[in-house]
Amino acid sequence: MEPEREQATGKVLPRGRAWSEREEKTEGMWCPVLRRLWKDKFAVLGAGIIVVIIGLAVLAPVVSPYDPNQVDLLNRLKPPGTEGHLLGTDQLGRDVLSRLIWGGRVSVAVGVFAVLIAMFFGVFLGLIAGYFGGAFDIVIMRVIDVLMAFPYVLLAIAIIAAFGPGLVNAMIAISIIGIPYYARIVRGSVLSLREKEFIQAQHALGSSNWRIMFRHLLPNVFSSVIVAATLDVGWMIMAAAGMSFLGLGAQPPTAEWGVMLSNGRQFIRVAPHLSLLPGLAIFLVVLAFNLLGDGLRDALDPHLKE
Amino acid sequence: MFRYIVKRLLWLIPVLLGVTVLVFSIMHLSPGDPAKILLGPKATQEALEQLREELGLNRPLYIQYFTWLGNILTGDWGRSLQLKREVLPLVLDRFKATAILTMTSIIIATVIGVISGTVSATKQYSWLDRLGMLISLVGFCLPVFWLGILLQLFFGLKLEWLPMTGMYSPGSEGNFTDLLLHLILPSLTLAAGAAAVIARMTRSSMLEVIRKDYIRTAKAKGLSQSVIIYRHALKNALIPVVTVVGMQVGFLLAGAVLAEMVFSWPGIGLLMVNGILARDFPLVQGSILLVATSYVFVNLLVDLLYVLLDPQIAYD
Repeated sequence: MEPEREQATGKVLPRGRAWSEREEKTEGMWCPVLRRLWKDKFAVLGAGIIVVIIGLAVLAPVVSPYDPNQVDLLNRLKPPGTEGHLLGTDQLGRDVLSRLIWGGRVSVAVGVFAVLIAMFFGVFLGLIAGYFGGAFDIVIMRVIDVLMAFPYVLLAIAIIAAFGPGLVNAMIAISIIGIPYYARIVRGSVLSLREKEFIQAQHALGSSNWRIMFRHLLPNVFSSVIVAATLDVGWMIMAAAGMSFLGLGAQPPTAEWGVMLSNGRQFIRVAPHLSLLPGLAIFLVVLAFNLLGDGLRDALDPHLKE
Repeated sequence: MFRYIVKRLLWLIPVLLGVTVLVFSIMHLSPGDPAKILLGPKATQEALEQLREELGLNRPLYIQYFTWLGNILTGDWGRSLQLKREVLPLVLDRFKATAILTMTSIIIATVIGVISGTVSATKQYSWLDRLGMLISLVGFCLPVFWLGILLQLFFGLKLEWLPMTGMYSPGSEGNFTDLLLHLILPSLTLAAGAAAVIARMTRSSMLEVIRKDYIRTAKAKGLSQSVIIYRHALKNALIPVVTVVGMQVGFLLAGAVLAEMVFSWPGIGLLMVNGILARDFPLVQGSILLVATSYVFVNLLVDLLYVLLDPQIAYD
């Protein structure tokens, strides 16, 4: 925080008080939210699943019993419960549990990064369109309307068609399809906020446009963006896995849930666990992020639940 | 209302132009020389030069775009590199299979969604409501490709009730009963997510409607619960549901690719994905263009239908 700026805007309040008020405001907002969230059993369940999956993903090198790509042709297609392979082995004798753990690392990372990229550009464009209005708004929103004229799966496929199949390109594709979503949420909130007194006051105090946008508008749209992003991580993980399933995302032998599911399909008669387990993992993650996202939304806006 | 319809129709122009620009860009954004992509790696320098001249690849990009657009509008969608056939009849033929799958799915999803949403709303907070909402949450979060495999395993492999893949059994192409049997699993798979969305929407819309004054009046008149719900409430509650159903048609049209992959359903999605993997750009562009355009027109129809059902929209 720049001291001059703080002094310039904090003329009415001594600096120390401005700080304490800010802290109070933050605590005032998030504490009841977390308390309400804690009471929501489903949200806690969702958060629990997410913590476990992220924990496993981060600690993959430590907790994974085998190297995910270690081939063991003598132990191919073993069912779950086989000694030494809790969840069995695949067609090349690779340990399914290890591949699921490492696959989670890829899938979760792709989901989170895709959301961060989409959120960054979407929020930025939404802020500009909503705050400046006029030509900015028209151009940005029309481009977004055209992007939304594509069904999202098709748009992702079209982008991958241009840049070529692969994990990184699939991630870029699904982040691009996420941008309009955030831009619309942020623009909508900014349109109503920019007429509010506290923003008008910033204009009167001579704050720059960028300062108003990033210091005053952004924190106020943050809660709806966080809810959207939480719900979105699950979808992005599913979308990335879907692209890999189609052969357009991660490529074998990468341990990734969509790739595992797609490979496992060829052995559905002899080893159904190869396609069932990665699918279950994707389902659980999507469900968990949905439960947490729904819980967060209700906790941030208790009236909505009514 | 007339002004709204005209405005909505005019809006088609920039949207369709945007769609064509995006589809056109696919080949030009792609790394590598389009002529090399079209002729393959073994092409001679002369052949490449000749093709560039033929296709106008030496000309400025915007001229190439308008030439391409002109060809598209006159029905010349190019030739598939891999299948050596005209793209337009090929994609139209495969689109039929996708349309059959999508339409069946949307009917299933609407029936299940509206019934379960209505039951949930009329019995709010009962175990039936909670169960319905739990199932819809699960349906919402189930990856299409995984649900497909689960159904295949259970109904195809274990019970052997239904065929696991394809559109017809070998030798019975064109047989309607055979088609229906093959359609059940893929359409249920594709319908699950849409049914969940429609159920949620119906429930919340119904809850809003049954709190209205005219429903209270109907109750005060002594009408039975079923008359109130089915004669008075449902009609109004379904207006916003129509939009959701329409949007789902578009999503399913594109999302069908995942179900097509699982069930080897010979739809346009499968054609598109195989085209991408084979770098068959004319085929990919043609299939994406067809699906995107039909999506735009489905959305238009939904918007117009919505205005007919609720004329207030046009004045907002």
